[in-house]
Amino acid sequence: MNFDYNEEQQLLADSVRRYLQKDYGFEARRKILASPEGWSAQVWSQLAALGLTGLPFSPEYGGFGGGAVDLMGVMEAFGEALVVEPYLATLMGAQLVARAGSAQQKRTILPAVVEGRMKLAFAHTEGKEGEKLGVVGAPLADKLVVSCGNALFLAERADVKMKPYRTMDNMVAADLIFSREKAAPMPGAAQAIEQTIDFATALVCAEAVGAMKFACDTTLEYLKTRRQFGVPIGSFQALQHRMVDMVISYEQARSMACLACSRVDQALDAAARSRAVSAAKIKIADSARHIGQEAVQLHGGMGMSEELKVSHSFRRLTVAAQQFGDADHHLERFASL
Amino acid sequence: MDLNYSAEELAFRDEVRAWLGANLPKDLKEKVDRYAHLSKEDLLRWHRILAGKGWVAPAWPKEWGGTGWNLVQRYIFEEELGYAGAPPLIPFGLAMCAPVLLRFGTEAQKKRFLPRIYQGEDFWCQGYSEPGSGSDLASLKTKAVRKNDQYVVNGQKIWTTLAHYADWIFCLVRTDPTSEKPQEGISFLLIDMKTPGVSVRPLILMDGAHEVNEVFFDDVAVPAENLVHEEGKGWTVAKYLLGYERMNTGRIGESKRQLARLKEFSSGKFNDVRFRDRLSRVEVELAALEITNLRFLDRMRRTGQPPGADVSMLKIKGTEIQQALAELMMQAAGPAGGDEFAAALGRRYLSMRKTTIYAGSNEIQRNIIAKMTLGL
Repeated sequence: MNFDYNEEQQLLADSVRRYLQKDYGFEARRKILASPEGWSAQVWSQLAALGLTGLPFSPEYGGFGGGAVDLMGVMEAFGEALVVEPYLATLMGAQLVARAGSAQQKRTILPAVVEGRMKLAFAHTEGKEGEKLGVVGAPLADKLVVSCGNALFLAERADVKMKPYRTMDNMVAADLIFSREKAAPMPGAAQAIEQTIDFATALVCAEAVGAMKFACDTTLEYLKTRRQFGVPIGSFQALQHRMVDMVISYEQARSMACLACSRVDQALDAAARSRAVSAAKIKIADSARHIGQEAVQLHGGMGMSEELKVSHSFRRLTVAAQQFGDADHHLERFASL
Repeated sequence: MDLNYSAEELAFRDEVRAWLGANLPKDLKEKVDRYAHLSKEDLLRWHRILAGKGWVAPAWPKEWGGTGWNLVQRYIFEEELGYAGAPPLIPFGLAMCAPVLLRFGTEAQKKRFLPRIYQGEDFWCQGYSEPGSGSDLASLKTKAVRKNDQYVVNGQKIWTTLAHYADWIFCLVRTDPTSEKPQEGISFLLIDMKTPGVSVRPLILMDGAHEVNEVFFDDVAVPAENLVHEEGKGWTVAKYLLGYERMNTGRIGESKRQLARLKEFSSGKFNDVRFRDRLSRVEVELAALEITNLRFLDRMRRTGQPPGADVSMLKIKGTEIQQALAELMMQAAGPAGGDEFAAALGRRYLSMRKTTIYAGSNEIQRNIIAKMTLGL
């Protein structure tokens, strides 16, 4: 039993956190959001230089062969900094290629992803016939992995019609229309989809936990510095107890993120893995909503402001709560497994 | 990161589980399963079985009967007791008075009291709360006046759990009414319940059970040798006990057992999605608390630091889960209560409301976290 990151994992998480503190502060992020592209190529090449784009892929393709626990500290740091680059989207696409792609597809795509030369996205949520909705990272992706029922296809971005937009939490995304004529089939499928979505869900749990940590830290700081009635508002018991409940909510969520990441790496069977992931997502969704809403409330009017990072963390937490299924969805799946 | 117990830890768990399976008397387990009242004899019988095995006080130093188990083993043992459905070990002697004596007691006090606590020869209770001093414990008024080699005690304690079973009570009393701060001038005194002037009056709670009492002290003469630590240092003793390693505060094993039972007898209600989802949320919360608890334990093991306000977090979440489970059980069994089992679950629901109030109400626990962990 051991709940710490090993030395390598800790070193990686620390160096990612240091980099983000230095180059991905709130002002730097604001500039990225204001740019027409909505992401930073420079940041992306730094992530690649840190080895992050290769972390979960086989050394055969230049990667490090890491698992979800290896990525957990990275995702927590991303959550704290509210990184908007399409990292998870790319990892998902590449995981699907690694699990379901042909040898040829793996050889052309995975090394390019590892080296930071290629970005991917995974189009899964169905709209009307041929439509795929809410595909995070699609406008930035070089290639798209698209699911059709239990089958998977690989498409060039240029061959897909899309309507790009920014999500509530400022990610670049698109709805798209896909036709399989121009797409290349991938040999594997159904199992790879489930596995990859569980993997990504565990990582979103970790990312949300990072955003919760930021929301808790910044709210605590605010309670200690904001003065009303001649005293810091943190001296009021009504607010202290709500702050305590936020921190408890965070600790409970973090425990479940640990569980999800560990089981994704180690579970004996798919049902045990999916059950742990769903349990985690239920807790993370509840905690994300609780902590996000309370962080805004305890900041008062300032919590509503675009100018404070806390409102951005609220938006990220709101989306994270629903990403890959909200609490209701996972309650249904948890009960069925 | 590895969330699994090691092979040695699993072997230890299996050993404990097997022994409990073979040595927990059937009739006691059956009473626990029915949520029936446990008599003093029931409690002591189980205490003595564990004492006979050498397992009744694992956390004590080895020279006094401790097992020498590490933190994780002790945690596993306590959780297995809960999971097996064993009668509770009453903490007042084993886990409260004894650690105080081990830390602050004289050699004579240790020799006199510890072996009797270990063997279950003395039944202890705790004299802290008073009618005017609940959460604000330091305002307590029970007076102890030193006269030669005795203290003369006058006053009243309340909510005294199992005082009607007890041979001894450890009390916080005021020895110096003139001290500037209320925390000063309090002393820690051991009082024989058979001393003339001690009287016990039952307080019946809403579930009909006689568990707590009022205890009155009317010119009770207590030998001065029963003072623990220095006169006026009682608050230090009380605070030590608050920070004492109580890593089973979350009662994970016990709640896991209740969850399993609830699932068993409420399976007919699983088509009711509303009920099912409420049950799932409690299950998830319990899974999270188990990992949170182990994370704290792991940190304690690494740093050697006492748990501090972590215990408060476990208390808050643990009791919320216990209450949620008791409520779902009551609801699953139905409100009529004509059936004896359903009636017992109804009474249990009523009784479990105490958990967020006792041992430092959950609001006081939040105050502790706000102050100690968050610096508010």
